[in-house]
Amino acid sequence: MSTAAPVAQATAITKRFGSTVALRDARITIAHGQTHALVGRNGAGKSTLVSILTGLHAPDEGTVTFNGEPAPRLADRDGWRQRVACVYQKSTIIPELTVAENLFLNRHDRGRGGLISWRTVRAKAHELLRTWSVDVDVRTPAGELDVEQRQFLEIARALSFGARFIILDEPTAQLDGAAINRLFARIRDLQRQGVTFLFISHHLEEIYEICDTVTVFRDARHILTAPVAELPRAELVAAMTGEGATEGARARRRPADSTSPDVLVVEDATLDGSYENVSLRVRGGEIVGLAGAASSGRIDVAETIVGLRAADTGTVRIAGARPRPGSVPAALKAGVGFVPQDRHHQGYVPEMSIADNGTLTIPERLGPPGFIDGRRRDTYARAMIENLAIKTPGPEMPVSGLSGGNQQKVVMARALASDPKVLVLINPTAGVDVRSKEFLLGKVEEIAESGTGVLIASDELDDLRMCDRVLVMFQGRVVAEKARGWHDHELVAAMEGVDLDV
Amino acid sequence: MSESATAAAAKRPDDGLPDPAGDQPATRRAGGRRLAFARLRDLALIPAIIVMGIVGQLVNPVFLQPDNLINVLQTMSEIALLVLAQTLVLIVKKMDLSLESTVGLAPGVAAWLTVPAGAAHGVGLLPGAWSIPVTLTVGLLIGVVNALFIIRFGLNGFIVTLGMLIVLRGILTGISGGQTFFQLPQSMLYLGTTQWLGMPASVWICLILFAIGIVVLGFTSFGRSLYAIGGNVDAAKAAGIRTDRVLWIVIVTASVLAATSGLLLSGRLASVASAQGNGYIFTVFAAAVIGGISLNGGKGTVFGAFTGILLLFLIQNVLTLGGVPAQWIGALNGAIILVALALSRITGGKAQD
Repeated sequence: MSTAAPVAQATAITKRFGSTVALRDARITIAHGQTHALVGRNGAGKSTLVSILTGLHAPDEGTVTFNGEPAPRLADRDGWRQRVACVYQKSTIIPELTVAENLFLNRHDRGRGGLISWRTVRAKAHELLRTWSVDVDVRTPAGELDVEQRQFLEIARALSFGARFIILDEPTAQLDGAAINRLFARIRDLQRQGVTFLFISHHLEEIYEICDTVTVFRDARHILTAPVAELPRAELVAAMTGEGATEGARARRRPADSTSPDVLVVEDATLDGSYENVSLRVRGGEIVGLAGAASSGRIDVAETIVGLRAADTGTVRIAGARPRPGSVPAALKAGVGFVPQDRHHQGYVPEMSIADNGTLTIPERLGPPGFIDGRRRDTYARAMIENLAIKTPGPEMPVSGLSGGNQQKVVMARALASDPKVLVLINPTAGVDVRSKEFLLGKVEEIAESGTGVLIASDELDDLRMCDRVLVMFQGRVVAEKARGWHDHELVAAMEGVDLDV
Repeated sequence: MSESATAAAAKRPDDGLPDPAGDQPATRRAGGRRLAFARLRDLALIPAIIVMGIVGQLVNPVFLQPDNLINVLQTMSEIALLVLAQTLVLIVKKMDLSLESTVGLAPGVAAWLTVPAGAAHGVGLLPGAWSIPVTLTVGLLIGVVNALFIIRFGLNGFIVTLGMLIVLRGILTGISGGQTFFQLPQSMLYLGTTQWLGMPASVWICLILFAIGIVVLGFTSFGRSLYAIGGNVDAAKAAGIRTDRVLWIVIVTASVLAATSGLLLSGRLASVASAQGNGYIFTVFAAAVIGGISLNGGKGTVFGAFTGILLLFLIQNVLTLGGVPAQWIGALNGAIILVALALSRITGGKAQD
């Protein structure tokens, strides 16, 4: 196997988009049967490389080969599909169509008279999914599937074209811990069957868990390629950031003042079907984690606090006041700042500028009642850009033009714009590169220092590590509370409903 | 129960695949239920149609007489073709408002060219036999112009066809001098007046075109590509569908269907009024949406659209038979559309898109 030509090889690739150089003399070699990690901060050139490897863009210079043969012409979509497939973050499944139809779109089986034979299509889809052990009813509309099943579906579809080289673009970004484990189990399984993966992720832990080799890109260049086992984490981070930064160098924050008053009190809140009898308190200056799997109800609790949902019973008090349940304006007025779960969905309006997005929550401060003073808004925005180190030419830039990390900073800026007493963050670092993540978390600590109470609802251990204490939810109940200094395995065990303490 | 299984899976990521079957029974059951529901959605209006039949019979025994039913089918056949056209366009996530003007202009141009000079505003350039080809050609050209603006120049379909609606209506008013064309050639009257096997030709044409629509959209790759484009155009491109070509065909076909509809209408009325088709588009949209076609594309079936327009016309017929004053029919029509939408929201289970 090791003597065979690499499954995919790109050499001396240069790609320009207008005046920006997206890739400069970059290269990557992916050997057969490997799981190869591609890492780099946002804007390092990963996506451009993926689009060149999948034939969506032609490189300006350089060559791409598959199994030693030159890549097919750009127009030969079938030729590309037989060699390589990419499972993008953005799903290419059509939600209105059934699973079977999604698998065989535009290559349906014809019966008599040239009409589609749905029976054959379903049977073949069933057979295909069984071959790759995907347990989904082929007649289900694809929109009913969860993220995990959709990914498996896309992988199965890619394999059905004959491709044995699959690019996974941040496959774990929207999955919870257990689903990630199932995905990894499947990757290992397929790897044994001779499938090669290129794995793109912001989570370095995952790379150490699943990948054999890692390639680092930075500033449009190839930096290094090394076996994962021989590369210490600190060096990997250093290669990505270009600095001698070491992991965990962040200064430890002093613990919150135990005498400061509670800014957030949730008492006996129950919402049928998602959580039961949840009580929690957050003091001013305290950072409290709310951990749990995606379905544990932690997100619903956080959304109840900010008024996106209303609990059936129980109360939410913010800085002593009790805002009307289920009303976001009331919660904002009471002093809540909020970073929602999915920034693309609830976080920002993509075509609006940074300035408009950042000040969405504070129109009343931007001018006489009912009016918005553009200059005052831009002043606010410039302060935000500086405060959160958002990389942008100016406040008038639409948010859609920013990288993921910077988009999240805009969402954070909006949450902070109203000087909240309580800051509620749901998955604040999902899909964000390492540096932006460090920065955002550092910012959260800074905010807590200034006396704001912070609640982080996340299953990301790095987000939870800096919390003064972490409440763990499982199946809608708070099942454990861990003080700072917990071990990873005990928290994960609690999130998965396994109690190691007993 | 699924949590314990996932926890187990988490603890042993290495021993091959976790058993997904033990893990997702709930999802699958729910999937199955929704599946049955999705199919029911297609037939959702059938009970309503049956209820209308019973109510109609109680209101007036004439209602279920074959003559009355054929009459209903004939009056709805022209607008039903527009619903078919709009359905195709909506499924690919576009909109075509200009259909209602095409209904007037396509036969209007044919009448203008074939009606002898002196009678109304005819110029009598062509012999009467040319009227049908001219009508369809005008429809085709309108479709090409629409497609050119929407696909080639990437403009918003709603605004483009709104402009076209006004322009086409204006052209018809211009060539007709605001008058009505009479003394149409025989070939134009034929389809609107002939009986085939005891039913008006227009009813046959309408039913046959709907049948073709059902087969094409349900059982051909081309038809399925409409759903793919409406559902997720990038995914459709990625699957190798030539999206622009499909869109061209859909938009042009819709206009040709509208021209056909105009042909049937002017044949039945033996005239082309300068306001022919005015205001139809609202009924068309209402029927399509009631019939389960999503304004957001990718959803709905031709059969559903047919039940939508059928239900609207049955209700109108019952109202007329019930002796509701003609002046009130308009207000009731609007109310019916709202009630039907509310009902389909309840049966569809999801917010209307």
